[in-house]
This record gives sequence, C-alpha cells and structure tokens, in this order.
Amino acid sequence: MLIKSSDSGFNHPVASDITPKAIYEQRREWLRLMAGGVAGAALASWAGRDALAQATGPVARPGKLAALPGARSNVPGAVTMEKLTEYKDASSYNNFYEFGTDKSDPARNAHTLRTSPWTVEIEGAVRKPAKYTLEDLLKLSAQEERIYRLRCVEGWSMVIPWVGYSLSELIRRVEPLGNAKFVEFVSLADPKTMPFVGSRVLDWPYVEGLRLDEAMNPLTLLTFGMYGEILPNQNGAPVRLVVPWKYGFKSAKSLVKIRFTEREPATAWNKASPEYGFYANVNPNVDHPRWSQESERRIGEDGLFAKKRRTLVFNGYEAQVGQMYAGMDLKKYY
Amino acid sequence: MVGARLLLHPAAKSVVFVAAMLPLAALVGGALTNSLGANPAEYLIRATGDWTLRFLCLVLAVTPLRVISGAPALARFRRMLGLFVYFYGALHVLSYSGFDFGFDWGDILKDIGKRPFILVGFCAFALLTPLAATSFNRAIRILGAARWQALHRLVYGVAVLAILHFFWMRAGKNNFAEVLVYAAILAALLGWRWLRFIRKNAKNPASFGRF
Repeated sequence: MLIKSSDSGFNHPVASDITPKAIYEQRREWLRLMAGGVAGAALASWAGRDALAQATGPVARPGKLAALPGARSNVPGAVTMEKLTEYKDASSYNNFYEFGTDKSDPARNAHTLRTSPWTVEIEGAVRKPAKYTLEDLLKLSAQEERIYRLRCVEGWSMVIPWVGYSLSELIRRVEPLGNAKFVEFVSLADPKTMPFVGSRVLDWPYVEGLRLDEAMNPLTLLTFGMYGEILPNQNGAPVRLVVPWKYGFKSAKSLVKIRFTEREPATAWNKASPEYGFYANVNPNVDHPRWSQESERRIGEDGLFAKKRRTLVFNGYEAQVGQMYAGMDLKKYY
Repeated sequence: MVGARLLLHPAAKSVVFVAAMLPLAALVGGALTNSLGANPAEYLIRATGDWTLRFLCLVLAVTPLRVISGAPALARFRRMLGLFVYFYGALHVLSYSGFDFGFDWGDILKDIGKRPFILVGFCAFALLTPLAATSFNRAIRILGAARWQALHRLVYGVAVLAILHFFWMRAGKNNFAEVLVYAAILAALLGWRWLRFIRKNAKNPASFGRF
C-alpha cells in the first residue's frame, strides 16, 4: 500500500479517482436541496399543523357533552382549513333570542331547554309528511364533520366544525310535491323553558326559510353536533340548520317543524324589520341599511388592534352556490 | 354634620378620583388577562360607552343632590366628574376608531355617514369638547361666569344626544330595557332643573334664573 507523506510531494491520483467537477458541484446542489427540503418540510408542517390536524384526524373534542362523531365530509367546499374558533368562544357568544338578546345570555339561560324527547314535524307540500323523532333523524343518514365559516350579520365571524348531514338527505325521503318552492323552518317557542319567548323583539316562534334549491344544496347542513359532540343548548340543540353562505340568522336553531310551501315564508327577522332580507346571502357589496358589510371580525383570532378582515362574497362559498343566483340582482334580493 | 365633614375632607377628592378610575382599571385588567369574552373589542367599545353614560348621570346628579340634601360641599366633585365623562367618552371614541377601524379615518367617516347613531354619538362628543376645554378656573374668569355657565348648559343637549345614541344602537334588537333606565334617570335629573326654572320664573318673571 502506498502511504503518502508530505515528503513524497504532490502526487496525482489516477484520473479515474478524481471526482468530475460537475458531479462535485451536483453534490453541493444535492446537499443544498436536502437541507432546504428538510427544513422546508419541517417549516411547512409547523406552519400548517392546525391545517394538518384538521385535514387528517377529527377535531379534538372539548369533552363537555356526549360524543357525536362524524366522518370528514367529501362535499366540495365543506371543510375549510382555516383555524377553528375555540369551543369556549363558539359556545359562549351566541345569538339565540329565545334565551335573551345579549350574546352571553344563551350560555347562561339555555340550560332549561329540554332536548329529549324531541320530534321534528315535516309537513306541507310533500308526499310523505311525517313526525321524526330525534333518534330517527340522527340515524337517517351518515353523520359528517364539516368545517364552515359562520358570518353573523352583525359583522363577526367564526370557523366551526359542525356534525350533521346534508338537509337534502331528509328532503329526498319526504318527496316534495311539484308546488313545493320554499322550505320553512320553525324553531321551538316554549315560554316555560325559553324565558325570552314572548318578549317583543321578534314574532315567536322563530321562523326561517330557504328556496327549495337552496335547501337542497349539499352545503345546507342539518346539524346535530359541533366539535365532535352533540350541540350545546345555546347553539341550537338538539337539531338546527347551518347555511354557511348566508348570514347566521338564516340558520334556525332547535327545529321542531320543517314545512314545504309554495310561497316565500314570512321569516321572523324580515317581519321584525325589512332591513333583514329573505335571501341574506353574505355579500360585502350590499351593505346592511345601517352598517357596512365589507369586513368582519374573526372571533378569537384577529388581535385587538388588527383591522377587521374583508368579508367574502357568499362567505367564500361562491364556487358552490353562486350559480343558484345567476342573473339575480343581489342588491334587490338581499 | 358628619356627611359634610367627610365631603370636605382633604382626601375626599382623591378617593373619588381613584374610584372613578376603577372601571378603567377593570377593563385594562380584563383585556390583559383576556377575560372580556369572545369579542374583547366589542366589549371594550360598549363598556367605555356605558361608563360615559354613567358618569354623565353622576355629574348631572350633583346639583339636584346638593340642593335637595343641603350639602353644598358636593359641588367640589362636579368638575372632576364632568371631566371623567369626557375621559370615558374619549376612550369610547378611541376604542371605536381603533378596534373597529384601525384608525382608518376614511372608513370612520364613511361609517359616520352610514349610521345615524354613530353620527349622534360623535355630535355628543364634539359638544362635550368645549366644556372639557373650559373646565379650569381661569377659563371661567376669561369667559365670565354667566357666559361660562351658558356654555356649560350644553351638557343638557349632550344628555339628550347620548340617550338617542344608546336608544338607536339598541333599536337593532328592539332591546330597550336598559335604555329606558338611563332615560328615566336623565329625564328625572333634567326635569328637576326644568321645574326649578319654572318655579323661579313664576316667582320672579323678570329674572331668567339659573337652572
């Protein structure tokens, strides 16, 4: 074996032992890529850890109420990757006037609501009118988890993981008749358990409505739970509607009746004031008569001094629902 | 009289000052510990508005209480309470401008044009500004007592605007219970002055007596 020493001077190895320059440089390039790639992957997973958690497993349960698991929904647009609103905020900052007009009232007062036994009556222009028990409804279709943006007409928003299934599943089973053009949703109005039913704020019961095609849109969710558990009373237990591209008041809570009608239903807020239209699609370009709808405050996320974020047309669900309103003057049908 | 001695105690003003700062301390503490609920910005805007209205009721209660209870020493606190109305009012305006609009004056102006109740609130604050600016003793001497007093009667207008502002804000939810409480208090305080004015005029029609 040839042992080289400094004494032997500079010895050229055989040419084949010399790494070609191009390959030598490739190695550096490769190292650079590896380092960047690893760091990048680490960074991406760090930055996206909420999104990843959301994308892979079910949402973590707060452990307050009975579990109601739902498989991640495959409906287009049904799972936003935005940061979830904290359960604490979503269950303590509510508009549910049957329990008081202040947003902290429902969490304080709704414990009186009795959600069992519970039935939902389907009536009006359907071939199969029926009275469903809550148990029947829960089993009617597979529960899905859907992560929706919720935009309140008052200018705030949340991101909530709901559990339920498309209302269309129920509608198909009751077979609407040809003259069914609208669907009316009636909330419970029980003065014994709902202390503010009877207050003059609204006409009771709370009534909301959708056009039949809106009700059939796969995003319209018949909702039984949130954050992997059954709905808290203050969020509209035991069954409510969630229509993510409309202002929150369209998503009626604690439903007892679903009625199919030929005429546009007279909705509670519209009766209280023409300021609240029947369509109530989230639209930054159509102001509420008394305030701008251009922006919103995302609860629990935008810092105290951050400017509000821009509101999106149809609350960001334009791709899924925009075609239903093609050619409609959204300023007129607000 | 023990009450009068307490009111005249050198520390009395400091005690009132500290007490009047407590709401602010509670709000700052709540903001720092994140215990103002899901929407702290909204909470701060509303709470500073509530406290403005409460101090307005307090300062307008000073003169009726002084006359009815025969405790002239109460007048010592009137200026400080008046300045606290302005202080909380300014915090209210700043919270609204900062938290809701990030001090974007273009957006704020648009909002004032859009919402009458915001306009009314701004008018009330604007009317309070000259009162706060002329609250020191030399201002009274420069203006002359009669003119100073006439200027400071603007506070009655501010009271009406403040209630209108609150009423309109709550009109969205047809929720007037709290508004009615404040309206009743302010109506009583202004009504008392009105009655006194009428009675004085009846006795001595030539003099336009002080409210």
